[in-house]
Amino acid sequence: MTKADIIEAVYDKLGGFSKREAADLVEMVFEVLKETLAKQEKVKISGFGNFVVREKKSRMGRNPQTRQPIEISARRVLTFKPSQVLKSQLNNG
Amino acid sequence: MTKSDLIEVVAGKSNLTKDKAGTVVNAIFELMVDAMKEGQRIEIRNFGNFTVRNYPAYTGRNPKTGNPVKVGPKRMPFFKVGLELKNRVDGK
Repeated sequence: MTKADIIEAVYDKLGGFSKREAADLVEMVFEVLKETLAKQEKVKISGFGNFVVREKKSRMGRNPQTRQPIEISARRVLTFKPSQVLKSQLNNG
Repeated sequence: MTKSDLIEVVAGKSNLTKDKAGTVVNAIFELMVDAMKEGQRIEIRNFGNFTVRNYPAYTGRNPKTGNPVKVGPKRMPFFKVGLELKNRVDGK
């Protein structure tokens, strides 16, 4: 499933929107999610899961090819924690 | 931000009623859940991909009592962040 499929399904299922409007709305939803996460704000979607930005400290790693030790710099990463509801839907539904 | 905050922001930006914005936002997540239930992979360009991973059964242990526990095979959703969002989150 791609974003185009989601747009198509929103257009078909909901009605009342042109394809253009459906596309703009779906784009908007993902853009708002991205802007929020870029501000390091957590996003909690009930029945789906939580997107959380985590701070990682710098640590020593190794170039696996040359085996040279290198420092992996501190960074922020995005993690997704699926909700209990989503997990159970994938397993008994 | 919760789903209702998201609905409010979308309603404000699109000039839709909160009800109407809510049906759109809910539909998007419902569609994604349905796709994952079917084991489908979801690709949202510049956001990330959702995949369903299959895990075989294993014998785990109750960490409190040390008793072995059989864990059945399961399917778990997995999210891999897309390049654009990954960089934005890291302030790049």
